[in-house]
Amino acid sequence: MINTYDVLETIRMIQDECLDIRTITMGISLLDCIDSDIDTACEKVYKKITQKAARLVEVGEQIEKELGIPIINKRISVTPIAIVSAACGCSPVPFAKAMDKAAADVGVNLIGGYSALVQKGFSAGDEQLIRSIPEALACTERVCSSVNVGSTKTGINLDACRIMGSVIRECAEKTVDSACFGAAKLVVFCNAVEDNPFMAGAFHGVGEPDCMINVGVSGPGVVRAALQKYPDADITQISDVIKKISYKITRVGQLVGVTASQRLGVPFGIVDLSLAPTPAVGDSVAHILEEIGLEKCGTHGTTAALALLNDAVKKGGVMACSRIGGLSGAFIPVTEDAGMIEAAKCGALSIEKLEAMTAVCSVGLDMIVVPGDTSADTLAAIIADEAAIGMVNSKTTAVRIIPAIGKDIGEELDWGGLFGCGPVMPLKKESPSKFINRGGQIPAPLHSLKN
Amino acid sequence: MRAVVTVIGKDAVGILAKVSTECAEHNANVIEVTQSVLQDMFAMIMLVDISKLSGSFAELADSLSEIGDKLGLKIHTMHEDIFNCMHHI
Repeated sequence: MINTYDVLETIRMIQDECLDIRTITMGISLLDCIDSDIDTACEKVYKKITQKAARLVEVGEQIEKELGIPIINKRISVTPIAIVSAACGCSPVPFAKAMDKAAADVGVNLIGGYSALVQKGFSAGDEQLIRSIPEALACTERVCSSVNVGSTKTGINLDACRIMGSVIRECAEKTVDSACFGAAKLVVFCNAVEDNPFMAGAFHGVGEPDCMINVGVSGPGVVRAALQKYPDADITQISDVIKKISYKITRVGQLVGVTASQRLGVPFGIVDLSLAPTPAVGDSVAHILEEIGLEKCGTHGTTAALALLNDAVKKGGVMACSRIGGLSGAFIPVTEDAGMIEAAKCGALSIEKLEAMTAVCSVGLDMIVVPGDTSADTLAAIIADEAAIGMVNSKTTAVRIIPAIGKDIGEELDWGGLFGCGPVMPLKKESPSKFINRGGQIPAPLHSLKN
Repeated sequence: MRAVVTVIGKDAVGILAKVSTECAEHNANVIEVTQSVLQDMFAMIMLVDISKLSGSFAELADSLSEIGDKLGLKIHTMHEDIFNCMHHI
């Protein structure tokens, strides 16, 4: 029995409110590709990726057609390359090239996993990989990189924060011609998750099975449209409206994931319960917050409204799918969200407010453009601040920040497409260098006496 | 396996006939039809059996959507699973 209202609601959500599946990401373990000879290892990596993901794009497009819902990205994540490359004892850049070629040949737009996990220190291969990130991202098109510098259980590796500050700068410097895009493909994490389907921070953790399918949903436009119908509801009712609509969005993610996993013969992992914006009109998380009642995203009250939104999205989504994981929550990437771009341009949204917002939502300081003369130590200190929020609150936080080389306040960077554009945002001028250059490990926080 | 065909647009003579003829040509059996006309807006929802399609699902969806373009209507063909999963627990 078909219900006319239900059918029309679904079609309206897809056609008018930008409901889509943001990504089907295939996680592939490369542990069986390890070899002391780097050429052999790279060949194994290329073969394994192209073999496992051969039909990923085809199946994704098939499901898209049958269910009538856009699946924006088909992507791949792999085992952190630092683990795979350690035995080679040389620069791991050839792995990035092998990943890039494999991604191009199977037709995916991004592949994640040029990563290292150094929250407690560097093991063989880690530092070499981290130092090679700028070159790897500059000489490839589709490869994404991430580094985990801290966790709630281990504390924060301040040496890694320091190095990442200069790596981010170098990534931007090496890609000035493409609007410093290298830095947009690099994420620095605290409490990184092993099953994240979203780029640029996706990698396939070592605790995961050989190959699996993870799905990331989206739908800020749908949430906003649902809230527009309740202009006078109190905040408890607002939370209920978000929960209900989030359930519906997530159900589609579950269906797409299960169908993809059946057709590809690969186990289904998780649905990432996310509200992932795009720069398209009507697909903005900032506009949801404004619909809740803020004149501009970033003003006082933003953190509270975002906390409610993030929590309601999870509560609604949890029941809709069998397994949840990834980064689950509302994303606040500045350049990828029309409302955030506006708010940053008019000065309502500052980096300090964004930092506070990251304490209550997924994930972190994401896609923020900062002045080109920002020092590596300042970038390192931003990373350390953000990692501290994640460490103390037992949540994932991340920094994806882009120094706009040669540009200053009042100018902007524009990549177009899903990555969007953003104004250069001001930072503090005072130096954190002495703190950052002390090096060492910030000890793990106490888990009692919570205040 | 069943699909839901939705036709939305300005009312005209013969919409149902043209859409169901196209379904028949792809060997999609029409199981149920509900339609309503509000002012002059026409909304029709058809449930069709697609288990014995003569071609692929994509061909059916594309040819229905082409008919829609010709008649100035929006025609969506979607697997019923998406509606069931979204609106039923």
